[in-house]
Amino acid sequence: MCLAVPVKVVSIEGNEAEVEISGVKRRVSIVLTPEARVGDYVLLHTGYAINVINEAEAQETLNILEQMADLDEVH
Amino acid sequence: MKFIDEFRDVELAKKVIDRIGKISTRPVRLMEFCGGHTVSIMRSGLRQLLPPTVEMLSGPGCPVCVTANADIDRAIALANLPDTIVTSFGDMMRVPGSYSSLQHARAAEADIRVVYSTQDTLQIAKENPAQSVIFIGIGFETTAPTIAASILQAEAEGIKNYYVLCLSKLCPPIMKALLDLGELKLDGIVCPGHVSVIIGSRPYEFIPREYGVACVVSGFEPLDILLSVEMLVSQIETGKPRVEIAYLRSVSPSGNKIALELMDRVFEVGSADWRGIGVVPASGLKIRKKFARFDAEQAFSITTKPVVEPKGCICGDILRGVKTPLDCKLFNKACTPEHPVGPCMVSSEGSCAAYHQYGANDER
Repeated sequence: MCLAVPVKVVSIEGNEAEVEISGVKRRVSIVLTPEARVGDYVLLHTGYAINVINEAEAQETLNILEQMADLDEVH
Repeated sequence: MKFIDEFRDVELAKKVIDRIGKISTRPVRLMEFCGGHTVSIMRSGLRQLLPPTVEMLSGPGCPVCVTANADIDRAIALANLPDTIVTSFGDMMRVPGSYSSLQHARAAEADIRVVYSTQDTLQIAKENPAQSVIFIGIGFETTAPTIAASILQAEAEGIKNYYVLCLSKLCPPIMKALLDLGELKLDGIVCPGHVSVIIGSRPYEFIPREYGVACVVSGFEPLDILLSVEMLVSQIETGKPRVEIAYLRSVSPSGNKIALELMDRVFEVGSADWRGIGVVPASGLKIRKKFARFDAEQAFSITTKPVVEPKGCICGDILRGVKTPLDCKLFNKACTPEHPVGPCMVSSEGSCAAYHQYGANDER
């Protein structure tokens, strides 16, 4: 029910954006994320973008997981 | 898909699981609050892959499942009013109320339509100006801002036939209610990811402070959940429970300020009726007086018969984490996804539906 999926912003017109996921396009509201820009990935929940996904933080989380795995191998 | 596939790396997951096994020296009991987490854990078989010291319980974080029978009965009563269209998210359609379900009411010719978004409902309202169009507004803090936005849009565009039956519920207050019940003796909570996109991580700070229970906000892919479990076990092992975020690509301490402002403009905090838990003060949202003309409770007069709970169904105990679907005598016998007795078997995020679908992964 709180499901939200990452989608890419393709174009923006006022409070609406066209987003794409796996080749499927759809118009969504960006009234909750006016900072969204073309090329950003946003989390889409029931027709509304609820945040802009932070790519740097996503990479940082993966780095932390890799480090965790490396630490484990050292022990 | 970007931001999904890289968090499903099996080899990396195995290593993180090994690490959890190494740092976990004593049994811990964790609750994944959110139904979305339950599904991800069941689908990926994480329950059986985690070391035996780590116990995972499912919580009440499925809005369909925690909707009380009384509220389903009211939704059906609204749908049976003349010149009315009721709209609902699909999962709600088949949930049995006391005497019927929205699906049965539709079969009996009530005009009930499944929508994906409040936007769809506004469109239906515009296309049917002579009818009252009522959205059944279930959901947690993730969904509440979208309902607030729809009410503000209806006001701005002068859509006069749009109404909401507001059943929105709040997560931190129900976590407090569960902790106060004291049935579970939890060591840590995997906090809901998309609720926290909106509210941030700060609203959970009372949990480690007042209850000594560790909290980590988690994303929904297997690696997100494993990272959260690792962080929870570390907190518990070091005796320093606090609130951390394992889902930093989408969650901040303060949340989505615009969404919170919209919610505050349209809603005020009120009591809510939770299946299995009862009426909990300050655990739900009501439409403010200023927007009363959009409030289906104010706008329509309905009567419902006394509430009846299904015999033998233990959804309430399952939602509180006290029992699992395997403890239910009806599970996979009288109660299946095709013929559900309780809501946890209906919703795709319900524990019973997840155990039914992925149960083979859960034999330890």
